[in-house]
Amino acid sequence: MSALAFRDVELALGGRSVLAGVNLAIEAGEFIALLGGNGAGKTTLLRAALGLVAPRRGSISVFGQPAARGNPAIGYMPQSRSIPPSLRLSGRDFVACAVDGARWGLPLPGRAARAEVERVLDLVGAADLARRPLAELSGGERQRLLLAQALLDQPRLLLLDEPLMSLDPSRQAGVVDLVASLQRRLGVTVLFSAHDLNPLLPVMDRVLYVGNRQAALGTVEAVITPAVLSRLYGTPIEVVRAGGHIFVAAGGLDLARDTHGCGESAHGHAHSHRHDGHRHDGHRHDGPTEAADA
Amino acid sequence: MLDYAFMRNAFAAAAIVALVAGPVGYFLVLRGQTFAGHALAHIGFTGATGAFLLGIPPLWGLLGMTLAAGVVIGLLGEDLAQRDVAIGLVLALALGFGFLFLHFVTSFATQATALLFGNVLAVDPATVWSLLGLGILALAALGAIARPLLFASLQPELAQARGVSLRLIAALFLAIVAFATAEAAQIVGVLLVFTLMVGPAAAALRLTRRVGAGVLVAAALALLQAWGGLALAYETDWPASFWITALSGLVYAAAVLAGSWRAVAARGARA
Repeated sequence: MSALAFRDVELALGGRSVLAGVNLAIEAGEFIALLGGNGAGKTTLLRAALGLVAPRRGSISVFGQPAARGNPAIGYMPQSRSIPPSLRLSGRDFVACAVDGARWGLPLPGRAARAEVERVLDLVGAADLARRPLAELSGGERQRLLLAQALLDQPRLLLLDEPLMSLDPSRQAGVVDLVASLQRRLGVTVLFSAHDLNPLLPVMDRVLYVGNRQAALGTVEAVITPAVLSRLYGTPIEVVRAGGHIFVAAGGLDLARDTHGCGESAHGHAHSHRHDGHRHDGHRHDGPTEAADA
Repeated sequence: MLDYAFMRNAFAAAAIVALVAGPVGYFLVLRGQTFAGHALAHIGFTGATGAFLLGIPPLWGLLGMTLAAGVVIGLLGEDLAQRDVAIGLVLALALGFGFLFLHFVTSFATQATALLFGNVLAVDPATVWSLLGLGILALAALGAIARPLLFASLQPELAQARGVSLRLIAALFLAIVAFATAEAAQIVGVLLVFTLMVGPAAAALRLTRRVGAGVLVAAALALLQAWGGLALAYETDWPASFWITALSGLVYAAAVLAGSWRAVAARGARA
């Protein structure tokens, strides 16, 4: 039984078809990198697995069950939003708001709920961190808390939406290593969306690349090729491997700039024409990675 | 000063309103919906003046309008509810209608001032009981939705994925805000609802790290402002609404200063 399976799925956002004819099966225990340009449908695909976007056609199943809202088998980490500095709420209270969060009544956690919060905070090594106000934490620290929140109630499938966004490269590696170690320890399936493939290369099993209303799932060797990516971007794409990194760029790439850069510039270059009218809230990205960690 | 019946009524009414406005305001500020709360108060003005015209108590006109507007804003969803221009235009229109209705009411000036700026010393025992009933209802409703409300306010996408209807929660919450607004308007008037609902809550959010503590501090600060304002009004013979806004500003400024001071101290400790 697949952890996540799409059968001839078409997904639309605001009347516009984002993905069509998608067939894929992600097996339990896999670490999948979900890649694609802005507006290619990464978030929409994750939201469809959560039952928040109903497919126009086809069917989506999660561990054999039709995708539906409130599925306890899925842990979800949405794209992080900016937090006003005036909010002094502790990280622990922030994580705890999701425990039984859909139930009516007062948010007074019982002993079991408090123990569950401590368990997930320990898993990500944030028990001390969680005492501090959320607004005071660095981007990387905040991502750890969001990851802890996604681990509440022991999900078997983790859907992580751009956890590396606006983190500098060293913090990116920290988040990737943490997710990979959690995956090994807990035996969960991970679907990790990102803009850049390289930070995920050491830990991922397969890649799911979306673009041009299509999706390609397979090994890096099978998917990150000029033929497949040119089809997904709808424009000639070159793939350059150097020093254990993979750079993806639209035709006419400037090798001098790409070889000593961190890959983001070439990557942003490849995406720069794909900003057409999509709706990713809080998606202020492309170009060089911002260093959010103060 | 408690020898006077009108002062006792005023203190009772102020206490009820403060204990509702504080906790409701906490969630309003947490959700970043203070402008929507402000708009509800203005829209309530139309309801109150309309009630004058029809000869029913203004409290019920006010409540009816804020309730209807709150549910509509909530159901329209986040996209529309947070459009400043749309809300601004609607509330200007509401005030315009309120002014038109007042035009037809004979006792124009005193009624208008009382509605706009409050007249807590004129609260009668019947109104106190109405405020108590509405207050209990508002707090009970807030208690019933508090958990999904907190979840939806802090992590909307995740809450939605876990099965929380953001729209339902938004509509229910703004209905509760409508109750709190109608209450607060009895004390400080529709123009100054912010002072009881947002001032103490914003200060509490800056001062506390836990949700429970924040709600309690918001309620306590609102009570402090309302009672302090009444006492100062009694001593000085200046309007209670003025003193409440003055205390609200003072409390908020103190909270901001305390935050900056703490940040400086923390930086010093780390260095």
